[in-house]
Amino acid sequence: MRKMLAAVSRVLSGASQKPFAGSPPPRHLTVGRKLSSRYEVTFESAQASRVLVASRNFANDATFEIKKCDLHRLEEGPPVTTVLTREDGLKYYRMMQTVRRMELKADQLYKQKIIRGFCHLCDGQEACCVGLEAGINPTDHLITAYRAHGFTFTRGLSVREILAELTGRKGGCAKGKGGSMHMYAKNFYGGNGIVGAQVPLGAGIALACKYNGKDEVCLTLYGDGAANQGQIFEAYNMAALWKLPCIFICENNRYGMGTSVERAAASTDYYKRGDFIPGLRVDGMDILCVREATRFAAAYCRSGKGPILMELQTYRYHGHSMSDPGVSYRTREEIQEVRSKSDPIMLLKDRMVNSNLASVEELKEIDVEVRKEIEDAAQFATADPEPPLEELGYHIYSSDPPFEVRGANQWIKFKSVS
Amino acid sequence: MAAVSGLVSGLLKRRFHWTAPAALQVTVRDAINQGMDEELERDEKVFLLGEEVAQYDGAYKVSRGLWKKYGDKRIIDTPISEMGFAGIAVGAAMAGLRPICEFMTFNFSMQAIDQVINSAAKTYYMSGGLQPVPIVFRGPNGASAGVAAQHSQCFAAWYGHCPGLKVVSPWNSEDAKGLIKSAIRDNNPVVVLENELMYGVPFEFPPEAQSKDFLIPIGKAKIERQGTHITVVSHSRPVGHCLEAAAVLSKEGVECEVINMRTIRPMDMETIEASVMKTNHLVTVEGGWPQFGVGAEICARIMEGPAFNFLDAPAVRVTGADVPMPYAKILEDNSIPQVKDIIFAIKKTLNI
Repeated sequence: MRKMLAAVSRVLSGASQKPFAGSPPPRHLTVGRKLSSRYEVTFESAQASRVLVASRNFANDATFEIKKCDLHRLEEGPPVTTVLTREDGLKYYRMMQTVRRMELKADQLYKQKIIRGFCHLCDGQEACCVGLEAGINPTDHLITAYRAHGFTFTRGLSVREILAELTGRKGGCAKGKGGSMHMYAKNFYGGNGIVGAQVPLGAGIALACKYNGKDEVCLTLYGDGAANQGQIFEAYNMAALWKLPCIFICENNRYGMGTSVERAAASTDYYKRGDFIPGLRVDGMDILCVREATRFAAAYCRSGKGPILMELQTYRYHGHSMSDPGVSYRTREEIQEVRSKSDPIMLLKDRMVNSNLASVEELKEIDVEVRKEIEDAAQFATADPEPPLEELGYHIYSSDPPFEVRGANQWIKFKSVS
Repeated sequence: MAAVSGLVSGLLKRRFHWTAPAALQVTVRDAINQGMDEELERDEKVFLLGEEVAQYDGAYKVSRGLWKKYGDKRIIDTPISEMGFAGIAVGAAMAGLRPICEFMTFNFSMQAIDQVINSAAKTYYMSGGLQPVPIVFRGPNGASAGVAAQHSQCFAAWYGHCPGLKVVSPWNSEDAKGLIKSAIRDNNPVVVLENELMYGVPFEFPPEAQSKDFLIPIGKAKIERQGTHITVVSHSRPVGHCLEAAAVLSKEGVECEVINMRTIRPMDMETIEASVMKTNHLVTVEGGWPQFGVGAEICARIMEGPAFNFLDAPAVRVTGADVPMPYAKILEDNSIPQVKDIIFAIKKTLNI
């Protein structure tokens, strides 16, 4: 890659009348820092990209090396290189930045007590939700646990509806009835509060996919903490027995609440825990790695071979929830190290800038747009009224005629409408 | 009676190759089987899963013949993984199928109760009306014979406690068929509490019950026997005991109105209240434990409603004994409501 850029640079420097003059390249491009994809940045290639940027001639796509996945019961894994188009790169960048800023805004609103109760944030894990979505179709299905805001967005809901649900307003995606852990969208089954319960649910959705014969798959996510739940092993057994098109995905962010993986699991090789189910361990901070692994896993399932397991190695910057400062069981240094070396948004940005898929200014513009979108959504989420009290009894049953629901005493009655 | 009127209307209709349905005797087991068979045929999204439901023809033979007819796709034998397969069933329902999830007995549903309550019952509400869960959980509930404490619990009160669930409790064959069909067609999670001791009991099947569209509405009780002196409310197998008690008391000049609840949730209080306002006396009869039971709920609601002022005596409950079910026959017999216990309670209430 470096050689190619250098060559292009030589050609262009020769061709252009005015070599790029002006301020030196940004400092971060000159620091010879090692990225997780082992793609090294040097001054020379940085200079080359600046020349190309100045002429506003972006590459259409670029090829990247990605980390090889550890495999369990698989002869071959996902490819170790992938092509990223400029269009996709910009899309992924915008999506990840949106999730990031949305989560940070939720943090802010929680501290202002505008969001109450549970709030589990996924900043740091953006490559997982965006990368998974990039590897499947909108007609595929996805279910996860309570760290769900990112997935709610990538599955198609707007930041507005998500934040308004967090603030418990009628404009929320569940009309304020569900809150942080109970958001639903088309082909997105939440948002589930009971640790591990979503895994059999996901296997059931996969059963429906197979039953309907439409080549759809179900991504069934759980965390490193949930991975020790018995019902997950029951789901593994049935999914394998019946060859359900279920991709079990363990989002391993190293901590189940305050308990590190070493203190919770006799085997921390989560990708192997499916035993008879083939598995792969994926760099969950690299969106391209996640995307390729997902494409691989989806193809495996669609071919009728049965379930497959993916472990995404990732990290959350926040504590388990907003009630957890997140530093009693891990060091600030550890958090800072991940932030500076493996931040998924930074990794994508560097790749794109260094291979001339985008300019720093362009990405900064996206940042500004995203901030505005989040700000507007937060405004809405704060100003929208709470759901009307009259609707307290609504949505007990589906497709039923209206009936009465008892309130706090026998004289208080609420109407229930489907 | 039903057969005669059937014959008459048959003659009046004068169709070719049509004879009036004779008084048909159908066991509760066959009624449930028929109900499921008809719904499986009617809607290809309906399927049955559970332990031994397919190749074994059902642990209690309730699903006999269904696997032969519908095959592996629609009748699924599961491993012994209640929490897992109940969750799978709920997930399939969320994705648009219409599963019937059988628990070999409802005692085993405790392993899966999180999926029934948190994943099925509450989801439509939590999602603000976006995600329905059209699932049926069915199986035998309550006391059997000699199966002791871990296999004899009645779950009517536990499931009846939860908003978002519908809970039905059939007594006879007609109930069983009509309610299972309504449950399958309902777009909500429905718990169907059957009774193992009733499976083999035959009942007369009225002509309308022989139709493929025979449905019993969920949420409506049935007055099995009209009476004037006292209202006796029950569900499931004890309904039969109440009718026996009523027959005995009738000879002594006491006419009991026996109500078969059919549905635990939503409870048909109107029928119960109207009856109590007529008879001025109430006895509830159930197989489950007394504390926080079905009878306790009925009594509480009677106090809150118009019927309270019509009571001439406190409402009385007849329930299972407040003990884990013992094994020895004499102990077991005295741990569930017997006919003599119901008669005693009725006479006490009437002060006779």
